[in-house]
Amino acid sequence: MPWRLLRFGLSKSHPEPRMFTTHDTLKPSYDVVIIGGGGHGLASAYYLARDHGITNVAVLEKGYIGGGNTGRNTTIIRSNYLTPEGVKFYDKSVQLWQDLSTEFDLNLFFSTRGHFTLAHTDSAMRTMRWRAEVNKHYGIASEVVGPEDVKRATPQMDLSCGGHAPIQGALYHAPGAVARHDAVAWGYGRGADMRGAEIHQQTAVTGIEVKGGKVVGVHTTRGFIATSKVICAVAGFTPRITDMVGIKTPIYIHPLQAMVSEPMKPWLDSILVSGSLHIYVSQSSRGELVMGASLDPYEVQSTRSTLDFPEGLSAHLLDMFPFLSHVKVVRQWAGMADMTPDFAPIMGMTPIEGFYLDSGWGTWGFKATPVCGKTMAWTVANDKPHELITGFSLDRFRNYALTGEKGAASVGH
Amino acid sequence: MKLMTCPVNGTRPVSEFVYWGEIRPMPDPDACSDDEWAAYVFNRNGAPGVKKEWWCHTPSNTWFIAERDTEKDFVLRTYLFGDDR
Repeated sequence: MPWRLLRFGLSKSHPEPRMFTTHDTLKPSYDVVIIGGGGHGLASAYYLARDHGITNVAVLEKGYIGGGNTGRNTTIIRSNYLTPEGVKFYDKSVQLWQDLSTEFDLNLFFSTRGHFTLAHTDSAMRTMRWRAEVNKHYGIASEVVGPEDVKRATPQMDLSCGGHAPIQGALYHAPGAVARHDAVAWGYGRGADMRGAEIHQQTAVTGIEVKGGKVVGVHTTRGFIATSKVICAVAGFTPRITDMVGIKTPIYIHPLQAMVSEPMKPWLDSILVSGSLHIYVSQSSRGELVMGASLDPYEVQSTRSTLDFPEGLSAHLLDMFPFLSHVKVVRQWAGMADMTPDFAPIMGMTPIEGFYLDSGWGTWGFKATPVCGKTMAWTVANDKPHELITGFSLDRFRNYALTGEKGAASVGH
Repeated sequence: MKLMTCPVNGTRPVSEFVYWGEIRPMPDPDACSDDEWAAYVFNRNGAPGVKKEWWCHTPSNTWFIAERDTEKDFVLRTYLFGDDR
C-alpha cells in the first residue's frame, strides 16, 4: 500500500484509470438496456455479464451513477423481515453482501453492527416475537431481548425515552450491518464495465418503442437504441417509465428524508430503530450519526426537503439520547420512495414482452441491491421469474395475492 | 413552514391537514369486470402532474379538494366538493 501511495505522490497526472469507461457514442442496438444507473441497475448489468455471459448491455443513467436512492438511503442492511418470501430474499442478499468488498477489490466499509428494533408498547413486543419466530424458522439470527440487553449495547440511551415511551424490549438481529452506499454503485459499475457492459451517464430515456406487445427499442436524449429487453430500475421515477409502455401499477411516490450530524468519536456501535419514535440511527465510519424517519405524509415527485423533518427527528433523537443536545446537523436530503400497498417490491416480468420491472423498492431497496441484481439478471437471461421473486410479481395485485410485509417496515409508514 | 388553504378556515400550517390521495372515480362494482375492480382498488397514477386530491383540515374535520402540482409541491387552488367551477 505505501508504494502504491508513493506512485500518486510522484506522478504528475492521476496514475490510475477511472472507475469505468466513458463511451462517446451509443451503439445502434444492445441485447439488454437497463434504465437506471443506481445500485440495482448496475448490479443487474454486473450479474448479467458475470453469471450469464450477456455483455452487450447498456446502462442508461439520466444523472450520474449512484446519485438517486442508492446514494440517499441510510445504508442499513438486514434480513429480519416478516413474510417467508421476504425473509428468504433478504437473507440471500445479506449473504452476498459479506463477500462484495473482496469480489470488487474495493472497500465498501461493510460493517456488521447488530440491529435493535426497539419496542415501546405491548403490541410492538407482540410483532417483535412474531418476526423473531418467522426469522428463526428460516435460520436467521433474530431474537427478542429485554431492556437490559439494549442498555448493555447502548449505555448512553435513556431507556425511558424522556419518560413517555419506555422501552419494553427489542428485536435483536446480529447480522444487521451498514455499508458505504456510493461505493456499492461504483463497485458494481466497475465490475460491469470490466466485463463489457457500457455505462452511459447523462442519458435520459424519453420513450420506449413497443410493437405487438413486445419491446423493440428505447428513445433517449442521445438517439434511438434497438433492443428487445429493457430492465426498469429507476425507483421514484418508475411511474414515468411504466406510463411510456402503458402499464398501470399500484406504485405511489412519497419523499423519504434523512440527515447526518457532525462527526464525533465512535460511541454508537449498534443500529437502532424505533417505530414509535419514528427514528433509525447508526454511526457511520466517518463518525457522523446517520438518521432517518418516516415517509413524508403526502405525494411529491421531487427531492425537496423540509424544516419540519429535522425538527421532529431531532426531538425524538433527544428523547433517546439527551446528551446530543449540542450536536449539529450538517446535511439533510430526500429521496423519492416508490411505495407499494403491501410494502413488498414489484419485480420480474410484465404484460409487455421484454419489459422487466425492478421497482416498488420504497424505503427498503438498498439492502436488496446484490440479490436484486442477481435475480433480475437470472430472470432476463432465462425469461422466467427467478424462484426468489415469484412472490413479488406485478400480477399479485390482480389476483389479490398480496405479500404483506408491512409489519416488518422499520418505521411506521 | 408549508401552508395549505382550507376553503372554510383559511390558510393554516400543512401539519393541520391530512392527505387522502387523488380523486378516483369508482367503477360500478356490479357492472365492471374483476380486472377493472382490482385495477380500481390497487392501481395509482404515480407520475407527477397537477392532480385533484382529497385533503382534510383535521381540527374542523373539513373535507375539501386541492388541485396540486405534485412535482413542485405547489397548490393551485382549493375548494369544497361541488364548488368546482
